[in-house]
Amino acid sequence: MSKKELIHLENLVKTFPDGTHALRGISLSIEKGSFTAIMGPSGSGKSTLVNILGFLDKQTNGTYIFDNKNSFDYTEDELAHIRNAKMGFVFQSFNLLAKISVFDNVMLPLLYSKINKNEWKRRTDLAIRAVGLSHRTKHDVTKISGGEKQRVAIARALVNNPEIIFADEPTGNLDSKSGQIVMETIQNLNEKQGRTICLITHEAYVAGYAGRTITLKDGQVVKDITVHERHKKGDRYTK
Amino acid sequence: MSVTRREIDIQNSMKVSESLKIATTGLKTNKTRSMLTVLGIVIAVASIMIMMSVGKSSEAFIVGELSGLGSETFIIRPGQEPAGPTDITDLLFSDSLKTKDIEALKRKENVPDLVEIMPLVVIPGSVSYEGDTYRADTFGADALFFSKAFKLKIEEGREFTQNEISSNASVVVIGDKVKKELFGESDAIGKHIKIKDRKMKIVGVYEKSGQVAFLNIDETAIVPYTTAQTYLLGINYFNEVVVKVTSGDVVNQAARDAEATLRDLHNITDPSKDDFYIQTQEGLVDQVSGIINSLTVFLSSVVAIALVVGGVGVMNIMLVSVTERTREIGLRKALGATNKDILQQFLIEAILLTGFGGAIGIIIGGGISYATSVILKTVLELDLPFAVPYLAAFLGVVVSASTGVIFGIYPARKAARLNPIDALRYE
Repeated sequence: MSKKELIHLENLVKTFPDGTHALRGISLSIEKGSFTAIMGPSGSGKSTLVNILGFLDKQTNGTYIFDNKNSFDYTEDELAHIRNAKMGFVFQSFNLLAKISVFDNVMLPLLYSKINKNEWKRRTDLAIRAVGLSHRTKHDVTKISGGEKQRVAIARALVNNPEIIFADEPTGNLDSKSGQIVMETIQNLNEKQGRTICLITHEAYVAGYAGRTITLKDGQVVKDITVHERHKKGDRYTK
Repeated sequence: MSVTRREIDIQNSMKVSESLKIATTGLKTNKTRSMLTVLGIVIAVASIMIMMSVGKSSEAFIVGELSGLGSETFIIRPGQEPAGPTDITDLLFSDSLKTKDIEALKRKENVPDLVEIMPLVVIPGSVSYEGDTYRADTFGADALFFSKAFKLKIEEGREFTQNEISSNASVVVIGDKVKKELFGESDAIGKHIKIKDRKMKIVGVYEKSGQVAFLNIDETAIVPYTTAQTYLLGINYFNEVVVKVTSGDVVNQAARDAEATLRDLHNITDPSKDDFYIQTQEGLVDQVSGIINSLTVFLSSVVAIALVVGGVGVMNIMLVSVTERTREIGLRKALGATNKDILQQFLIEAILLTGFGGAIGIIIGGGISYATSVILKTVLELDLPFAVPYLAAFLGVVVSASTGVIFGIYPARKAARLNPIDALRYE
């Protein structure tokens, strides 16, 4: 495993209790600072893969090394700590807590962090500013648009200054204009702040923002292509 | 770069204050449901408060009344000690205490510590004056002893004398209310009232004294016991004999001496066949306290059942809450909450819910107890003092919060053990 690698998978297998083989031997690496899109049709295993990468689920077999340590060597509390301190999540359905403000939603991961409480407000304000929602800080999340909700979710993913952000269909519930804003926000995080992004999408234009596209089918990698290769081949995936 | 054990140790679990905030928000979101959930706890804790408060007040009241009798006094009653309310009626018809018993008890060699002795006869019926009738508590007694025993003062006139007792004189000392009911503001001394159709001359009126030792002095009329026996009732026995001894320290010894004297006189060898019984103030207090305490314990156990039922209600709603908030739990776990954080959050929510119920219960229970004492005072003229049951309030808080812990732990554990991805996917 090279020093630049954040994630390293070898022959990762996931079989659900009902016998469904969601992943059938995935081997790949994700480098720090990269922007990877995972594509594939429904049921191809892309969500399962990202859930395992984000320590929200466990593989049945195979090796997953995160930050130079085998996933099986982490305790439950250590996994919770990594999810909190080193990972950020953006979900298709936003997963914001209703009836509390944008500020409180963004601050949520800090409640579970070791970051000093005096820092919470500054960090939250910074994260909200990074997604351009400073004017919405005190708003109830149920009263803002879908695009804004997803930007709140991105701010929440950012607030703990994570190493990697996992985004599962972040534009899936958005109109194309909001989707574009969200994607530009994510791209900025990668290009300007050097954050590692791992994003699931089934939309070609979304994948077009990424530097690398991995395509899954029936739980296996069928294509793994970088933007340079894509341009060389005259791939139709462009933003 | 990897996460070290030390980092994990440094990362303290979410602070309790944050859990409290989250729990409060959770409860506020469903105000009506939260209120209805704690209703069972409110009722149970309020019941504990009322029972313990009224129990404590009653005990204080009864003990206070008994103290009016004085610790250096004991009472001899005819018949067997009553075990239940029906036995009490038998007392009025027991004829085992007679003048010869009084004479024997008075003898120094029998009860050396005896200072004074007063037989008492209960006279049923009412008193009347020129057609006005008043239902007074009428007794045949020794007015002087009566005044001394109950620390009473004469407002007008005097007590009747030993001579009047010896000569079966038709004289009476009446209470303040009896005087006012029959004579209003006009003078009563020297006038004759009728008791059992016999004219009795009023020689004295007691000062307004209220309730003393279960007796409202203001409503009493005292005639010489000899007159009561001979002219009013035609009996030769007493309903009660009050004995005063030199001091409270010797009261038990004196009671034992009196017991021996009477057994000897009545030819009783087996104590279980006694035709009289003795009650000391201390014994009565113990007896009454014992009865009230066991009643409180019994009622408390009934309330404990109510608390369990209330607790099950809390558990039920907490389980519903966990199910409803499965996605929230999943999200919190995805964002770094440990199992302990989630457990803490839901447990605090349950404790807050039941603790809040307990606090409301204490306020309501305290209010009702206070109102009870006020009502009893104004309506029944019973001076039942309001006693704040600090123990009950403390118990109420502890018990209700414990109910939260006991009945909240299962739903909280269920929430904490949820797999993050299963919880996030929950529809």
